[in-house]
Amino acid sequence: MAITQRRMIYKHVDEEGYSNDIECYIKNGGYEILKKAVQAKPEDLRQEVLDSGLRGRGGAGFPTGMKWKFLDFKSGKPIYLVCNADESEPGTYKDRQLIYQDPHQLIEGMMISAFAIGAKQAFIYIRGEFINGARILEKAIEEARAKNFLGDDILGSGYSCDLVVHRGGGAYICGEETGLIESLEGKRGYPRIKPPYFPAALGLYMCPTIVNNVETLCWVRHIIELGGKKFAEIGVKGDSGTHIIGVSGLVQKPGYFEIEAGAHTLGEILYDGCGGPLPGRKFKAVIPGGLSMKILKWGERWKGKHPNSGEDYDWGVEDIPLDSVSMGLCGTALSTGGAMIMDDSTDMLEAMANINAFYAHESCGQCTPCREGSLWMHKLSKRMTDGKAREEDVPLLLDIADQIAGRTICAHGEAAAWPVQSAVPKFKDEYLDKIKKQANGERYNAAGFPLI
Amino acid sequence: MADSETNLVTINIDGNEHSVPNGMNLVDACESVGVEIPHYCYHPKLSVAGNCRMCLVEMGMPMRDRATGEPVLDDDGVQKIGWMPKPAIACASKTMPGLHLKTKSDLTKECREGVMEFLLVNHPLDCPICDQAGECRLQEFATDYGRGFSRYVEEKNVKPKRTKLGPRVTLDDERCILCSRCVRFCDEIDENPVLGFTERGSYNTLTCFPGTQLDSNYSLNTVDLCPVGALTSTDFRFKMRVWFLKPTPSICTESSAGVNTEVWSREGVIYRITPRRNDLVNDTWMADTGRALYHQVEAENRMKSFRVDGNRASIGEATQRVRELMSVGPVAYVGSGQMSVEEQWMLRKLAEVEPGAVHFVYHQGEGDDRLISKDKTPNLRGGLLTGLLKTLPETHLHALRDQLEKGEVKTIVCFGEDLVKAGIGPDLLKKANIIYLGSHRNDTTDIARVLIPTLTVFERSGSFVNQQFRLQKFAQCVPGPAGLLPTTALLARIISEIKGDAYTAPSNPMLWREMGLAIEQFAGVEFAKIPATGLELDSSAFAQLPFVEEKGWHYEPAAEPAGAESSAH
Repeated sequence: MAITQRRMIYKHVDEEGYSNDIECYIKNGGYEILKKAVQAKPEDLRQEVLDSGLRGRGGAGFPTGMKWKFLDFKSGKPIYLVCNADESEPGTYKDRQLIYQDPHQLIEGMMISAFAIGAKQAFIYIRGEFINGARILEKAIEEARAKNFLGDDILGSGYSCDLVVHRGGGAYICGEETGLIESLEGKRGYPRIKPPYFPAALGLYMCPTIVNNVETLCWVRHIIELGGKKFAEIGVKGDSGTHIIGVSGLVQKPGYFEIEAGAHTLGEILYDGCGGPLPGRKFKAVIPGGLSMKILKWGERWKGKHPNSGEDYDWGVEDIPLDSVSMGLCGTALSTGGAMIMDDSTDMLEAMANINAFYAHESCGQCTPCREGSLWMHKLSKRMTDGKAREEDVPLLLDIADQIAGRTICAHGEAAAWPVQSAVPKFKDEYLDKIKKQANGERYNAAGFPLI
Repeated sequence: MADSETNLVTINIDGNEHSVPNGMNLVDACESVGVEIPHYCYHPKLSVAGNCRMCLVEMGMPMRDRATGEPVLDDDGVQKIGWMPKPAIACASKTMPGLHLKTKSDLTKECREGVMEFLLVNHPLDCPICDQAGECRLQEFATDYGRGFSRYVEEKNVKPKRTKLGPRVTLDDERCILCSRCVRFCDEIDENPVLGFTERGSYNTLTCFPGTQLDSNYSLNTVDLCPVGALTSTDFRFKMRVWFLKPTPSICTESSAGVNTEVWSREGVIYRITPRRNDLVNDTWMADTGRALYHQVEAENRMKSFRVDGNRASIGEATQRVRELMSVGPVAYVGSGQMSVEEQWMLRKLAEVEPGAVHFVYHQGEGDDRLISKDKTPNLRGGLLTGLLKTLPETHLHALRDQLEKGEVKTIVCFGEDLVKAGIGPDLLKKANIIYLGSHRNDTTDIARVLIPTLTVFERSGSFVNQQFRLQKFAQCVPGPAGLLPTTALLARIISEIKGDAYTAPSNPMLWREMGLAIEQFAGVEFAKIPATGLELDSSAFAQLPFVEEKGWHYEPAAEPAGAESSAH
């Protein structure tokens, strides 16, 4: 069975002859929605977004309309819109395609959003490593400014909003919205405590601020085009729209697919879309939505009654439909849709050591559990891969993760802890087996034969 | 605070109802009712950072139905508590009606154990050689809330051990728990943002920004703030174990701000001075210069023996000579703002027994609009209240100089003030007999006929009245050199010598009973009952006087400050 893609956000991505300049975008119907939007009432636009049920595409999946609703309109302070283009979650590469190939879609989405929330100044905080992306966006902004799609008195509506690109310094934590705000203010990217610093009330420069992901802001354009209620019909209940599933890792043909939420299962994407495992391999585990999500293991099964359909389900990893609700039932999340696949040649201890090293390196060091815990897990798992581990290190590793999750300032604590909290119980036998073999001086490989 | 104190709310801590001010920080509120919430980064005078995570507790609010707003009741008809799914930091929360806390639950306990373990994994566990041992929050909370053992077998991080952050502060980065109190102090209180972190994660290192150093006159407050042994005072570092030290409440004599201090001593030797919290005077801060004042106790030029005409004498010989010289001719007194209220009262009594012109010295200098005022003496107001002064004294001694030139003064009784430095030349001074009561030698003591050594502020007790007309007590910290008496006793002895009656050493409570009867503003004041944070006196009689002090952290001048005259001395 072939994968049925429904390309909305990615409509022109990889399209033959489509370029990222404004003429091409306008030729394909670009900025038409903005023209209509600036004639509408901002509160009506916000209602459309609320009706659409759109969930933020940055990973946490918080309903965008709700986020906008929390915005403090009464403070009298300026309102800011910030686009979070700091796409640094390992395994995720959906926003990058949008920025490089279709920047005007983002700009149009941002201008509609800025109009809807009444922002006079908008920012794109782009990942430091996306140097070309920043150049493309800057060029696109100048093109749009020349045509009066942003800047003063947009399209004669009397509404003005400027847009600025800011390049980050290359820290993962600056993708966290309050860390991003601090960084945008020119400070060290330390996430803020919530309460009291909820961006909707006390965000950038202590003013009400909305921080949305690139894809989310692009979606606003489509929601206004279709209408919120119509949009909500796409996908499944509780997760409307499409998802971009970006598969990487040990499959034959890694790549991305834009599918309607819930339209395909993970297995269909992996086998039909990506051509299945490499020759002679079997799938072993998948991290479904960006590195910080909980890992799923082949052989696990989830049973229960699905809240949407009311039907009983009995799923293995391959049977999980790709929507946030179903993923949630399996104890993980679809999040950014960046799935990482591991097969039976993967040494889980090595993989986890790699993950732990990443989070130890990226912890900002502000709050104690994440700062000390992530480095401890890194040092411990490094010792495991060095063959110097003890059996009691396995429960210890899990216990360290348990001491981090839920006790930190920002979600980096969970991000660092969840992979360990899920992988250690699920692969405990492999952990213990390897430690035991290493203690005896034997070589260890999960699949029983050496890696390539 | 006044309005919130009347606005009490009931919160529930571990099942017990407590009445606390509404909107108060939870850490403070719990402390006020005797429940300790351990914390490192939170400080009542700084912004909330919420980074140490030690104050995690379980919080909940009485449940209400979302749709109707009706309370949700359990089977017993009691309103259910909606507990938050995750523990929350107490320091970022304020008291509100009906708030429920669990500070002893398993989850809270486990959170504290977890944070303690994390804080210690990269902290050197060498308390026996750490300067902070004995007053270290890490030690205290590890004992109270930690597991008592470590599961950490990896190598610890290595960081710089002795960074000189400034002229007075040395940093041991390995001990730093990155609570950021010092950073916030420099930003928010000192308004001199020089401190920051470099690196990332557990490798975070506290340091100064390039080209700056921690050289503000308030830099040592960062040492007080530091909950661990990371920031240390270069002066005090490795001099003494803190558990040997005895803290004595005292008052800083640096200026008329009257900063409340604690003087730490052992076996008669002072090792350091730290600020004592008084939210109405100095919060929890003090200037670095004030902390160095204890060096005067052991100074080279300290006077330790009575002298008459250059020869060592007994106290009896000295007082006898004082009587003889005072009967030679007209007497002038030079009082000082360094004298305590009690001493000024005794001087007034002496001036009544042996009448003479009373001059008064107080030093004007640069203020910093914070905790150092322009009046460099701690007790000018005392001189006014005791009646020693009728009005603000001149900032110079021209009147005394004129009297000397005209030969109208034969004897000067001087209290610790250097007359030569005050502008009266030695040749002119030699025209009179100088009786000098003071603690240190100077140009005037070389000329004096009688030298009576006195005790420093650390060696006697008494009270000062600061710029706010706040009466504040200081206690004796160290005994002082053998054979020396408090100035009040010396003055009593001189008075009885002159009068020819029996001498009794006056005590401060006794003097206060006298003063309470004689002075309106002191009516009802008992020395023993002056509160630790001072007693505000009625200053209405002096409201129109042009005091020199300008606005400070806790001071608003009542009248227009006297123009910025050039320093008189």
